[in-house]
Amino acid sequence: MALLEIENLSVAFPTQGGVMRAVEGVSLSLEKGEVLGVVGESGSGKSVTMLALMGLVPFPGRVTADKLSFNGRDLLTISDRDRRQLTGKDVAMIFQEPTTSLNPCFTIGFQLTETLRLHENMDRKTARRRAIELLEQVGIPSPEGRLSAFPHQLSGGMNQRVMIAMAISCNPKLLIADEPTTALDVTIQAQILDLLVTLQKERNMALVMITHDMGVIAETAKRIMVMYAGQVMEERAADDLFASPQHPYTAALLAALPEHSHGGRLATIPGVVPGLYDRPAGCLFSPRCAYATEHSRTVRPELRPWAGGQIRCHYPLGDPTREARLIADRPAVDTEVSS
Amino acid sequence: MSGPVIEATNLKRVYEVRRGLFRAPGRLQAVGGVSFSLQPGKTLAVVGESGCGKSTLARMATLIEKPTEGSLKLDGIDAVNPPAGAAKTLRQTVQLVFQNPYGSLNPRKKVGAILEEPLAINTNLSAAERSERARAMMTKVGLRPEHYGRYPHMFSGGQRQRIAIARALMLSPKLVVADEPVSALDVSIQAQVLNLLGDLQSELGLAYLFISHDLSVVRHIADDVLVMYLGHTVEQGPKERIYARPLHPYTQALLSSTPGVAGTKRKRIVLKGELPSPLNPPSGCVFSTRCPHVTDRCRAERPLLRVVDSRDVACHYAEDFLAEPPL
Amino acid sequence: MTAEIMETPAVAAPTSQPPHPLREFWGYFAANKGAVAGLVVIVFVVLTAVFANVLAPHSPYLTDTTIALQPPFWQEGGSLTYPLGTDPIGRDMLSRLIYGSRLSLLIGFFVVVLSILIGTVLGLVAGYVRGVTEIFIMRLMDIILTMPSLLLAIVVVAILGPGLMNSMLAVALVILPHYVRLARAAVITETSKDYVTAARVSGAGPIRLMFKEVLPNCMAPLIVQASLGISTAILDAAALGFLGLGAQPPSPEWGTMLADAREFVLRAWWVVTFPGLAILLTVLAFNLLGDGLRDALDPKLKR
Repeated sequence: MALLEIENLSVAFPTQGGVMRAVEGVSLSLEKGEVLGVVGESGSGKSVTMLALMGLVPFPGRVTADKLSFNGRDLLTISDRDRRQLTGKDVAMIFQEPTTSLNPCFTIGFQLTETLRLHENMDRKTARRRAIELLEQVGIPSPEGRLSAFPHQLSGGMNQRVMIAMAISCNPKLLIADEPTTALDVTIQAQILDLLVTLQKERNMALVMITHDMGVIAETAKRIMVMYAGQVMEERAADDLFASPQHPYTAALLAALPEHSHGGRLATIPGVVPGLYDRPAGCLFSPRCAYATEHSRTVRPELRPWAGGQIRCHYPLGDPTREARLIADRPAVDTEVSS
Repeated sequence: MSGPVIEATNLKRVYEVRRGLFRAPGRLQAVGGVSFSLQPGKTLAVVGESGCGKSTLARMATLIEKPTEGSLKLDGIDAVNPPAGAAKTLRQTVQLVFQNPYGSLNPRKKVGAILEEPLAINTNLSAAERSERARAMMTKVGLRPEHYGRYPHMFSGGQRQRIAIARALMLSPKLVVADEPVSALDVSIQAQVLNLLGDLQSELGLAYLFISHDLSVVRHIADDVLVMYLGHTVEQGPKERIYARPLHPYTQALLSSTPGVAGTKRKRIVLKGELPSPLNPPSGCVFSTRCPHVTDRCRAERPLLRVVDSRDVACHYAEDFLAEPPL
Repeated sequence: MTAEIMETPAVAAPTSQPPHPLREFWGYFAANKGAVAGLVVIVFVVLTAVFANVLAPHSPYLTDTTIALQPPFWQEGGSLTYPLGTDPIGRDMLSRLIYGSRLSLLIGFFVVVLSILIGTVLGLVAGYVRGVTEIFIMRLMDIILTMPSLLLAIVVVAILGPGLMNSMLAVALVILPHYVRLARAAVITETSKDYVTAARVSGAGPIRLMFKEVLPNCMAPLIVQASLGISTAILDAAALGFLGLGAQPPSPEWGTMLADAREFVLRAWWVVTFPGLAILLTVLAFNLLGDGLRDALDPKLKR
């Protein structure tokens, strides 16, 4: 049985201007010890999806799903008390800004032992020994000395290591890393990515890596889920996805990377991500899609199994009937696209 | 073609840092002797991690800060001690584009007013002429005419960056200093803005001083690259040479740790440790505390920039790296 | 977490337009029911003040000792001619309250406008120039803050002499430090933003930077503080009036009315209750309005 199962998850926020659909119809299953990369632009709903899983969607967000289960437990009907037991112990999360994720008023040692004593019922001494062990595991030099340090006395990279130590302290089955290296420098980013992958392998825990950086995801994840405007566009094995993207959005995103062009112009995706007020009726990518037809502009595609993964597109790039159907559905003549 | 748009020789910037009542103030050398020059129509990318002094360099190039030492010439005019009456000309020679398009536009001003402000301050144009120029510039950067009367918060990040670029170009500068102009943008938008910068460069003959930490962006846009570490230049030269064969261990590490999707998995050099405090830099080579090839000579003697394989590099062993087979 | 299924139409609803900024502002403001109630009361008080001469059944100054201390109309001995009764020298309470709203609002607005003008300029200079100027201005404000506000106001009035104008100046001085500190904090935050640097690179001088770039972005917290400040000003002016240092009799100022009638508290409850209620309601209304404005103007609280 899969460790994590999500079916048709949606998160909506009522606002003055109407209901904002931050996440819409996300389905996903994750096995034990698997590494999943969730990639998307800002506002694509990648973080909110994971917050929904943790029960951390901020007020006034509303979470709905057909199924939301972790390790056989239904997260939709779980009591708050049980959820608190679960999150932090079996599911842990690290965030983008390590310096603000730690409480500036307490020492590293206190925050680390607090978690251990709360979830593992350790006494003070054992907790301290374990804390030193954990700091060693995440590669912090002279860990005994660091226990009495405050977060502001450490660099961003060091704080992120402390966050990771805290996250793995209770041997979680699933670690969610939300943009864990975005705030860090390139050389430090390499260190942290190495650490995460090593820990994941050692402990055989599932790792969900949320990022906007295709490079980061390519170097860590085995399976990738591409999100756009709150929906899953494509979800497949990493190598397949990079070698032959099936969704036009994925393909365009990969082509827009500066590393794919040396000099000259970059391939771009015209237009911007739809906002609250210009959400298309059909496929959410249709206003920016090079292959949009009248059909895809009016009928929203369903998320369906495709090429060993999932896709949400009427005309996947690898579909042999694609050309014929594109012609049949006549690409609309007005290719007007807002800049 | 005329001379260089910007010519910096041995630029230094030192900050005094107060460390409490009873301790002597510390000397923080943010930039410790950087030299470069830039021809019209060319792009020099300054690369480095946070705290390497690249933003201070940008602030000196845009005349927000004066260098502590060294000389800086903008379009042939001395910018450190400008001759009488030249201040205004200097002002119009160089403009700045910021990293965060959400903070760099005044939220209480309409796009039109934002674009016209530089003209209102620096020229005697009438309101009608100013408005006309602002509208012309908006077309040039790909904004629509109806955007003229809107406020910045109505725009997405990419469009805001277009507005910021338009504002920078209003005074027809020769040099645009771009401080991480695309790092706050999403990939698809980033490509749009990079293309715009490229188009404007070829159309207007602009020179770019492009500050960035993203080596794949730099590879796309730069002609020359200057790699900084802890306020010092460690390697500087044509992009092709540096990307093909980085000769400084720091450049090598930087290039190999940049994650990419391109299939071939390179051997990654993961540096140990972190950037030392600029208040207390290492005595020898600035990179000696993290360098995988460090020797006693590196710890004792600071290497000077010298020409190896048609680029400048500050490493005692650059020739040895050149002799080795490529990575 | 609820398991209810939200209706997700296969074809999404037609795209809607973003609301007009004013409409959005009203949306956030109206979400706060208290604020709307406050606004209603304030509009009512303002209308009363504007049309005082039409609304008031009698002159607020006309005395008639034969009808002194008449109770309100619903009590034994009261009449509809004087619906809220009369004061110890036979003036109509309702008319005095109606005219009193003019004075109270005048005091509130004058004091706040005066202190917000001076306070913003001082705060702007302190926050922008920094250095010795800032230390001088801020320490001066600290000194003002060290004294209990009413005591300081009394000292100022004692020096300038009692009277409505002087008491307003005294209250303005007392609440000045709040605006200076608020403006300075906002200016320091805004000055560090990139758009100020951008204007500087364009060659903008300090005056232009201060007043055209920074100031408009500091207004939101000041507006909120101003609406809360009106209530403080009304309250402080009433207190000075009560102590006999503010508006002088026979001015129908609510605080002064309270003071004039305090010896009759036990015999005629209405002579103190109605002015007290008027002060309470107005002050409460401005406080509620301030909260609502903060909800609507503070982007951090926006959802």
